[in-house]
Amino acid sequence: MTALQTKAWRDLVHLRGQALAIAFVIAGGIATLVMAQSTYQSLEGTRARFYADYALADVWASAKRSPDALAERIAAIPGVQTVQTRLMASATLTVANFDEPVRAQILSLPKYGGQPQLNKLYLRSGRLPDPEAMRETLVSEAFAEAHGLRPGDHLEATIYGHRQRLDIVGIAISPEFVYQIQPGATFPDFLRFGILWMNTRALEAALDMTDAFNSVTLRLRPGADTAAVLDALDAMLARYGGLGAYARKDQLSNRFLSEELRQLATMARLFPTIFLGVAAFLLNVVLARLIGLQRDQIAILKAFGYSDRTIAWHYVQIALLIAAVGAVVGVAGGAWLGSLLAGVYRDFYRFPFLDYHLSPAALATGVAVAFAAAAIGALQSALRSARLPPAEAMRPPAPERYRPALFERLGLRRVLSQPARMVLRYLERKPWKSLLSIVGLALAGAIMMVGRFQGDALEVMIDSQLRVAQHQDLSVDFIEPTSRQATDELRALPGVRRAEPVRSVSVRLRFANYSYRTGIVGLSRNATLRQPVDVAGRPIVAPSHGILLTDYLGKLLHIGVGDRLQVEVLEGRQAHVEVPVAGFVTEYIGAQGYMDLDALNRLLGDGDVISGALLALDPGERAPLYDKLDERPRVAGVSSREAQIRNFYGTMGESLLFFTFIAGVLGAVINFGVVYNSARIALSERGRELASLRVLGFTQGEVSRILFGEIGLLVAASIPLGFVAGWVLSWVMATGFESDLFRVPVTLRSSTYAFAAVTMAASTLLSALIVRRRIRGLDLIGVLKTRE
Amino acid sequence: MNKATGAVFRARGLTKIYRMGDVEVHALRGVDLELRRGELVVLLGPSGSGKSTLLNILGGLDAPSGGDVWYEGHELTGADDRALTLFRREHVGFIFQFYNLIPSLTARENVAIVTEIAANPMTPEEALANVGLSERLDHFPAQMSGGEQQRVAIARAIAKRPSVLLCDEPTGALDSATGVRVLDAIERVNETLGTTTIVITHNVDIARMAHRVLHMADGRIASSETNQARVPALELRW
Repeated sequence: MTALQTKAWRDLVHLRGQALAIAFVIAGGIATLVMAQSTYQSLEGTRARFYADYALADVWASAKRSPDALAERIAAIPGVQTVQTRLMASATLTVANFDEPVRAQILSLPKYGGQPQLNKLYLRSGRLPDPEAMRETLVSEAFAEAHGLRPGDHLEATIYGHRQRLDIVGIAISPEFVYQIQPGATFPDFLRFGILWMNTRALEAALDMTDAFNSVTLRLRPGADTAAVLDALDAMLARYGGLGAYARKDQLSNRFLSEELRQLATMARLFPTIFLGVAAFLLNVVLARLIGLQRDQIAILKAFGYSDRTIAWHYVQIALLIAAVGAVVGVAGGAWLGSLLAGVYRDFYRFPFLDYHLSPAALATGVAVAFAAAAIGALQSALRSARLPPAEAMRPPAPERYRPALFERLGLRRVLSQPARMVLRYLERKPWKSLLSIVGLALAGAIMMVGRFQGDALEVMIDSQLRVAQHQDLSVDFIEPTSRQATDELRALPGVRRAEPVRSVSVRLRFANYSYRTGIVGLSRNATLRQPVDVAGRPIVAPSHGILLTDYLGKLLHIGVGDRLQVEVLEGRQAHVEVPVAGFVTEYIGAQGYMDLDALNRLLGDGDVISGALLALDPGERAPLYDKLDERPRVAGVSSREAQIRNFYGTMGESLLFFTFIAGVLGAVINFGVVYNSARIALSERGRELASLRVLGFTQGEVSRILFGEIGLLVAASIPLGFVAGWVLSWVMATGFESDLFRVPVTLRSSTYAFAAVTMAASTLLSALIVRRRIRGLDLIGVLKTRE
Repeated sequence: MNKATGAVFRARGLTKIYRMGDVEVHALRGVDLELRRGELVVLLGPSGSGKSTLLNILGGLDAPSGGDVWYEGHELTGADDRALTLFRREHVGFIFQFYNLIPSLTARENVAIVTEIAANPMTPEEALANVGLSERLDHFPAQMSGGEQQRVAIARAIAKRPSVLLCDEPTGALDSATGVRVLDAIERVNETLGTTTIVITHNVDIARMAHRVLHMADGRIASSETNQARVPALELRW
């Protein structure tokens, strides 16, 4: 090691407190970067491998009933490589020790046994059903875990009104249902929704559908024209009640996974940028001070012939050493957080394996980014050290120029005490440093707020979707469109206080070049149990002419009020109609249309029918009602609004807590880094001044007040700015998350603002206490004797 | 050409103006000077007379505002920073009043920082032995007396075997007994290595060890006298 390198090490040891504070800020940035990136890579790698190994389909379509012979024609569509037809049914389940309604989607397995060609199953335990056995079933892992089901256990299933006992023979995971979520739901509910796989024969019997299929999945040849295949498939299935084909990118589970990956990518950019920006600023300030203190040493080195470049590099090296510590802690911390996050993901995303691993690339990126940030932070100071003319460096620096602060110039001089004037003049003399300190502190507060933003936003989403716009206790879906009388029958059931009809229709909406596949919900004119709301939260009733669209859908379709929307119905008579847009409803989850039920039925021209009902119940025992509903052959499924809300808190609680905690810690790290470094530098720059004041008779407390007055002022100024930054950061994240699946409202609760302010103040107090010990240790005689 | 006359440094009409805060300082107001090889010159003068500025310019630490300086036939005025750095690295040793050791490095390391970049240096141990500090190799500046620190600074300055040794108030912060030992070390370097040496001081007694004494006042060389009989450093008292 050269003498200069030795100096770098010793300088670093001397600066250890500040260096560690900065290293931790860098570590925070690198940890979030490595966490997001390694999790992203692990998740994406696992997804790709699972999809490939288990032959996830490229195209899905369903129909009411298509003859098996059609499969051959589908296989002949140019670009199609593999066709897998199957039967699909919805069912309600009765699970032991769980008395709420449970819905299931049941898929058929190949008639003659073995795995399907597409969407193969990974068997976590047990075996595939025997092709001859009528009651054997596989259940999805998430559902099985939620209920503690094992092979050998039993379920009661009602499939199209036929109640039967099912024997669980295995627990399976499918690439189709990595994210096991009920269509239309926002959050997975593993207790109340499950996927089952049964033999074709068993489903044929239950659905009364032989030698036919109602679901088809395709694998395409590489380079196939997906859009053309979808069109051809739609055309073929049209006369069999086709519901519109869609490609893998629109497949629900895959979409959620893709959204998650997108969010991770946003996180991998946003957070590290903030941390490393703050770290670069801190390094800049600390090195500037170090170089100020070492003017004479720099002069000596130059006098003895060290080149400017060598000296600049020397100071950059100190920054890089700090970055190295940050990188090591950051990579280790990021890997640890990544494995925790992967654990959170394992609950939501069901893969046969989710191997979390830290790739060399993620590691290298982390280290490289840490060094780059440090180098950027060090650059300006290092260049200044290089430019310092050696002769000038030998002289003590000229006294700093001070002038009356703005406050004083504004005539407030009299109200300010001498120490207050010192603080203000000091801050004003270094406006950029003061400003950047405030910005750094504000970002710390912003990060703490963002940690709680998700929770706040989800609360608003739940509130708006499940409390303001919906009031039903239960929603009941029918197997197929049914006469409106069904509502009256439901109203007559024990415990039902009110029943309102609904009709949901699958449609493709088109306007100009834009199209979107979704559903239209028809509500009766006097509906009270479900009322879409406008942007102000006021209920809107669909007019007798026209359609209301989710505001986001309006944006997607680039359509305005009064424009005529083309509606292609994807079921029944497959009508193509036009309807004017009457207005927009504000919804955070999904994107759909609302119409007056009568108007919808008139438009579709298939009679006065409904597809489900909303029920308000009398308080009391619900089990008898559930049993009654189960017995009704037309009831496909029942779901409880209250259970959805409970499920939300149950499912999301843990992961929200995780993010709040991480963001709280990270924000505190930045806050501490900025406050501690500001205090140490102020102490170093003004040690002589403060010691002089002590000699003149100021108490430790009075001297501390001058030092901390400055920091207090910075923190106080940073808090409101932090509120703004927190909101902006939340907005950036919300915008990044925005999709047709959900929009995150930019709302922060007052408790979140309070949390950020209190944590900031506490963190500031802590660093102040640490620095205060040094004020006690000011060497009054020594400081005055030494040369500056 | 300079070799013929034996002049190591030649300066003509040097002026230097610099700013300290809002104040403009005229440090040099036209200095002409020639220094011969192996000469030990003492530069006397009150504070602010321009001694340090002249020394800094000769040592390539600072550039004059006007005039020119030649070292061994090379013009220093107008030389770029790179050339000046190289000049200092190869030829010049500096000693300062406040030693200017690097506090985070030991005595040995403070010398090594120079020997590591020199072409034909002594070892740090050898240089420190020259100033009688063989026992204090691994002490940090804070663990040494002022005299010891200044001797480390001398060791550091001579370790590269410089052709020029520039000393700015080398005894200014020392008591007389310690100062004498430091001057003795400088004198021995001048004699044994033939290093052209300039010592700045405002202590008139020190002038007695010089070959030549230059008096500076108000940014000019007021007078120059040659000592007919030099007094060895060890016999100086003040």
